[in-house]
Amino acid sequence: MPHERSRPEWQLDSRVSGHCQIVIAGDWIARSGPLPAFPQSAIASVPAGESLGIDAGGLGDWDSGLIAFVWDARRMAASSGLSLDVSALPAAAGRLLALLPDVVGPQAPPRRPEFRPLRWVGGAALGSLGAIGGATALLFATVGGAARAGVGRARLRRADLFDNIRDAGPQALVIVGVVNFLVGAILAFVGAVQLRKFAADMYVANLVGLAVVREMAAVMTAIVMAGRTGGAYAARIATMEGNEEIDALTVIGIPVSDYVVLPAVLALVLTMPFLYLFGCLVGMLGGFAVSIGMLNITGAGYLTQTLDAIAFSQFVFGFLKSIAFALLIGVASCRIGLQAGRSAADVGQAATRAVVLGIVGVIAMDAIFAVFADVAGI
Amino acid sequence: MADAAPVLLSVRGVTLAFGAKIILHDLSFDVRRGSIFAIMGGSGCGKSTVLRAMIGLLRPRAGTIAVDGEDFWSAAPSRRAELGRGCGVLFQSAALWSGLSVAGNVALPLQMFTSLDAVAIRRLVVLKLALVELSEAIDLAPAELSGGMRKRAGLARALALDPAILFLDEPSAGLDPIISRRLDDLILNLRDGLGATIVLVSHELASLFAIADDGVFLDADSRTAIAHGAPAALRDSCADPQVRAFMRRERPDVVRS
Ligand SMILES: Nc1ncnc2c1ncn2[C@@H]1O[C@H](COP(=O)(O)OP(=O)(O)OP(=O)(O)O)[C@@H](O)[C@H]1O
Ligand SMILES: [Mg+2]
Repeated sequence: MPHERSRPEWQLDSRVSGHCQIVIAGDWIARSGPLPAFPQSAIASVPAGESLGIDAGGLGDWDSGLIAFVWDARRMAASSGLSLDVSALPAAAGRLLALLPDVVGPQAPPRRPEFRPLRWVGGAALGSLGAIGGATALLFATVGGAARAGVGRARLRRADLFDNIRDAGPQALVIVGVVNFLVGAILAFVGAVQLRKFAADMYVANLVGLAVVREMAAVMTAIVMAGRTGGAYAARIATMEGNEEIDALTVIGIPVSDYVVLPAVLALVLTMPFLYLFGCLVGMLGGFAVSIGMLNITGAGYLTQTLDAIAFSQFVFGFLKSIAFALLIGVASCRIGLQAGRSAADVGQAATRAVVLGIVGVIAMDAIFAVFADVAGI
Repeated sequence: MADAAPVLLSVRGVTLAFGAKIILHDLSFDVRRGSIFAIMGGSGCGKSTVLRAMIGLLRPRAGTIAVDGEDFWSAAPSRRAELGRGCGVLFQSAALWSGLSVAGNVALPLQMFTSLDAVAIRRLVVLKLALVELSEAIDLAPAELSGGMRKRAGLARALALDPAILFLDEPSAGLDPIISRRLDDLILNLRDGLGATIVLVSHELASLFAIADDGVFLDADSRTAIAHGAPAALRDSCADPQVRAFMRRERPDVVRS
C-alpha cells in the first residue's frame, strides 16, 4: 500500500542574514495533484548579493514536479543575477538539474487571432480569386496532358487510369443507383398526390421522366460523386503532398498534372456521363414502381407516356451537363488536395473542402445551365 | 584527387527562408565532380533545406546555385526538369509513392523517361533492388516496409536512372550497422564505378569519416556555414572548437568552458 502523501510546501527563509534558503517539504509528485509554482516576486524579496540555497530536509518523495519547480527558481534567480545552490537536493535531482540550461531560447509568442473584418474579407476575396486562377491553370494543364496523351506523347499510365475508372465507375453503381431510385420514387409520390386531384394520374410519368432526365439524375449523381470520389481525391493528393511524394515527382520532372491529376479527372469525365444514364434509368424505374403501386396506370401506359414526354435532346443536355460536373469535381478536388498543408488535420480539411465545394459548385453550375437552356430554348 | 576535379555544383551566397523565417544565409560551397560531399550540422540547422534548394524544390531568397556552370534557378522550368532528371534523390522521409509497389517505385522513372519495354525495366528494377539488398521486398507496398527498408527502397529509386549526381538525406538512418557499412561501400562503388557525384547528409560519424572527402558544416545559431572541409579534417584540425567537439561526439558546453 502506498503511504499517505503529504502536501508539497515551500517557503523562503531569510532569517539568517546573508544567506537565503528555499525550504522545501512534503511529497512533490506531479501526478498526485497541482504543485506550487515559484513566483517571480519571491526572488525580488531576496536582497541583492545574498547567497541562495535550498533546504530539503523535509522533502519526501519527488519526481519531475520538483525539478520543474527548482528549475523555475534557478532561472528566475539567474535573471536577477543570483545563483541558486542546489547541492542540498538529492543527488539524482541535482544531476537532472545539471542537464537543464539556465536560459531557454526565445520562444515565438503564441499567435492570437485578430479581429480585422475588412482584412479578413479582402483576404478571402483575393484567396478565392487565386483559387479560381489556380484551378483554371490546372484545368488547362490537364487538358493539355489529355491532348498529349491522345497523340501518345504524354506520360499517362494506363494502369493508373484503369484503377481510377474502376473506383469511379463500377464501384459507384450501387450508391448512385440507390440515390436515383429513391429520388425517382419521391418525385412520383409528390406528383401522384397532386395529380390525382385532377384525375391526371397519367402525367406522373411526364413529371418523373422530365425531372429525372433533365435535372435530378445529373445533379444527384454529381453530388454523390463529389462526396465519394472528390473527397477521396483531395485526401489522397493531400496525403501524397505530406509524404513528399509530390516533391519526389517534381524533382525528376514528372508533371503532377500528368501523373496524378489527369488519370483522376479523366476517370471522372469518362464514367460520370454513363453513371448519369444509369441514374436516369434507375430514377425512372423508381417512379414507375411507385406509380404502378399507387395509381391507376398500367405499366405499358406509363412507358409510352414516358417515351412521349422526353425528347432525345434532353438526354444530350443531361449528358453534357454531367461531363461538365465531372470536370468541375475532378479539377477542384485535385487542386484542393495539391494546395493543402502537410499535416493530418490538413488532409481532413482538404477532403471536407473538396466535398463542400463540389456540392455547391455542382448546384451553382446547374443553375447556370438552367438559365442557358432557357435562353437557348432547350 | 578530388581537389583537382572541376567544380560541378556551386552554391554562392545563398539565403534560404520559409516565409519570414530565415533558415540559412550567405551560404557558399563547391561540390567537385566525383567527390562525396557531406552536409553536416546539428539537428534542425537546415541540412535538408539546403538539399531542397539544390534539387529544385525551394527557390533561394538570394544567391545562385550553379550546376556545371549553369545557373539552375534562372533556367527555364523545362531546362530545370531536364537537369533534375540527371539527379537521384533520396528524401529523409524516403517519400515512396504509396500507390505503387516497391518495384513500381523504382520502375516509374524508367517507364516515364526511357523507351525500354516491361521486361528490360523489370531486369533493371531487380538489379537496383539487389544493390540495396532489398530483393525480397520487391512486390511489397511501401506501407508494408520497415523504416530502414523504406530508406533502401528510396535509394534504389534514386538510382533508377543512373544519375550523375546523387542527393542522399540521411541514407543510413534506421539501418543496422552491417547494412549501413555495406551502404557505405555501395556509395563508394557508385562514385568509383559510375563516376557519380554524391551529396550526402548524415549524422553517422564513422561513415562520414570513411567515405566523405569534402563537406560543409552548418550552424543553427549563426545560420550559415561555419566550416568547410573533409569530415576527418574537421575533427582533427578545425579552428572552431564547437565543430571539433561535434565531430568527436563531445558535449559542446564541456568544451567551451
Ligand atoms: N516547411 C517548413 N516550414 C517552415 N519551417 C520549416 C519547414 N521545413 C523546415 N523548417 C525549419 O527549417 C529548419 C531546418 O530544417 P531542416 O529540415 O532543413 O533541418 P535538418 O538540418 O535537416 O535537421 P535534421 O538533421 O533533424 O533532419 C528547422 O528549424 C525547421 O523548423
Ligand atoms: Mg533533415
